Amino acid sequence: MKIKVTNIQDSLGKKITLSVENGFFVSSFSGENDVEILDGQGLTVIPGLVDLHTHLRTPGMEDAEDIDSGARAANAGGYTALSAMPNTSPIADNAGVVEQIYSAGKKNGNVSIFPIGAVTVGQKGERLSEMNAMHLSQAKVRIFSDDGNCVSDSLVMRRALEYVKTFDGIIAQHAQDPRLTEKAQIHEGLISARLGLKGWPAVAEEAIIARDVLIASHVESRLHICHVTTAGGVEIIRWAKERGFPVTAEVTPHHLLLTDSETLSFDPKFKVNPPLRSESDVRALREGLADGTIDIVATDHAPHQNENKDTEWDRAAFGMIGLQSSFPVSYQAMVESGLISLSELIERMAAKPASIGGYSGHGSLEPGYLANFSLVKLDTEWVFTDFVNYSKSSNSPFFGSSFSVLIEETFFQGRSVFSRKANLQ
Amino acid sequence: MRLQHLLGIQDLNVDQATQILNTALEIRNLGSQSLPKLPTLRGKTIVNLFYEDSTRTRISFETAAKRLSADVINFSARGSSVSKGESLKDTALTLQAMGADAVVLRHPSSGAAHRLASEAWIHGSVINAGDGTNEHPTQALLDVFTLCLELNRPMGDLQGLRIAIVGDILHSRVARSNSFLMNALGAEITLISPPTLLPVGIAALPVSVSYSFDDDLNQYDVVMMLRIQSERFAEEYFPNEREYSRAYGLNAERLSQLHKRAVIMHPGPMNRGLEISARAADSERSLILNQVTNGIFLRMALLYLMLGGSVEEVLA
Repeated sequence: MKIKVTNIQDSLGKKITLSVENGFFVSSFSGENDVEILDGQGLTVIPGLVDLHTHLRTPGMEDAEDIDSGARAANAGGYTALSAMPNTSPIADNAGVVEQIYSAGKKNGNVSIFPIGAVTVGQKGERLSEMNAMHLSQAKVRIFSDDGNCVSDSLVMRRALEYVKTFDGIIAQHAQDPRLTEKAQIHEGLISARLGLKGWPAVAEEAIIARDVLIASHVESRLHICHVTTAGGVEIIRWAKERGFPVTAEVTPHHLLLTDSETLSFDPKFKVNPPLRSESDVRALREGLADGTIDIVATDHAPHQNENKDTEWDRAAFGMIGLQSSFPVSYQAMVESGLISLSELIERMAAKPASIGGYSGHGSLEPGYLANFSLVKLDTEWVFTDFVNYSKSSNSPFFGSSFSVLIEETFFQGRSVFSRKANLQ
Repeated sequence: MRLQHLLGIQDLNVDQATQILNTALEIRNLGSQSLPKLPTLRGKTIVNLFYEDSTRTRISFETAAKRLSADVINFSARGSSVSKGESLKDTALTLQAMGADAVVLRHPSSGAAHRLASEAWIHGSVINAGDGTNEHPTQALLDVFTLCLELNRPMGDLQGLRIAIVGDILHSRVARSNSFLMNALGAEITLISPPTLLPVGIAALPVSVSYSFDDDLNQYDVVMMLRIQSERFAEEYFPNEREYSRAYGLNAERLSQLHKRAVIMHPGPMNRGLEISARAADSERSLILNQVTNGIFLRMALLYLMLGGSVEEVLA
């Protein structure tokens, strides 16, 4: 199976040709016979995007999302590798569950699914889960997180960081001091004072980040900070990186674009954990992603059924879907605003997350890498709607928003897994 | 004016507020201070949808609606489909199917009235009768109505009044609604509270803030005391009731230091002996019972304007 992709340009605008053979990019074909020519029609090619933070809701909550619907949404959004968060039912805190998720991904075959294991049993923050067994399983888990919950006990966090050193693992921390955020609803600031919704102080995130970068440095183990949302959090990570601490960090597309003023509508589509923050936080996050303090964009794709969102604010579930809107939203926040180039954004959405996760073969168009790529139309205008949403859930605040970059085709290991035009017909 | 919903003071402009106040005054004058009975809303159905226990607000709305000849359905969460787990959306759709012209909603979730109105769960009018810790707009309107009546001011004119609101500001929808409305009508608001019970981000409110009830005590024209709930002490907002009462209670000593023209308000229900002493509550300066009576006129005016005719009609 050989494909030559012609008439395309890379994210720097350079005209290139891609050669794909047996699911990999190659520098030249083994022979010139049977080469299928794919005319890229002047589109821009980007490597398949890699998400380090996806909620696929499988097993146990397949009404909101399953592997197949999640994979479709991923492909339509340009993603070819997902890291599945462990807050499923049952929780992915043992080898059996992570292998189940891993093999469901294999069976789907349109996206690579890398399960993330829970740090503690039942994500309760009390006893370490069998992280070694999860690593040694077929799923080869390398990233562990209690995402949704913070590993708030300092000693448990220290032990977890030490424990994963045996296999060069990473603890991905959801930084949220639980006592400072009891019943919290929205960012604590001017808007929460005005609305009377219970405040979610920035310090609840920053205090945990500060503690954990210090612990990570002390025990010399790898820490990844999930979805940073505050200017203070960015500042602490910058400080830690200047000192060479082994820390990486991610930001979500929605925290790069939206502020807590959206809360004035009381529409729970805007209810996320961590919450939307202030204007100045958004600025700091963009600057942090631009200067490398924040390494990557991660979606925190969090599907919820309608009945969990079509309610009063404080009864609604936290989270929004994001696989399909991630690239266009990030492009708007980072590239259209002039902070970084398209190729710099792609690096933060493909090569860097692949490198943090140790997902070899992902995130590059170079020969030897898996032939995962998307063809993108730039400088266009399209509107994201529920009609073109492939997630099982519709909890996106971006329906009705128009964007300027559009994924036309996505290939996974040399095979077409998404074609916008074909889907519309 | 045609106000479809009343969700919060923050959605109301000064003209609208003044029209509601003037209408309340006209209605009050119609009955020469007793409650008039008007046929205006005959055939209209008003649902009192109450998810929280309430005596004065529910009865006040019910009386107001009945005095306008509307049919009133009282729906309390307890002992209803809500206690069987029905969602607000489904309850609202059910009421809609039964043909409610207006829903008066009291709900523990901030923003619940906004959800009812904005998601088209209800086609009729939505009146917020207190949502969580967000707003209680009719309380603010009746408080202003009471002040204008008692201080012999034109309706909606609080120019130059110095008003202290004292107590648990953080959890008070009354303080929030009153701060916005009274400020818009010209009053200077000082919120007096321990720092633990003031929201971070208080700069979003058009008020000044003091931690001391004793500073400037004789400067205030109006002192509005807020109810302090006993769970606040369990939640570590304050060491105990005694210390709260000493620092922020309107006791006999502070009562004696008030300016001689100062009046006392409280949205009720009161904790006598905690935030307000019996002597203060029952003193001649107290407008607490006037607030209750005026609440009915004010709510009649509101229902009238939202469901009935125009201001011009009632004034004619």
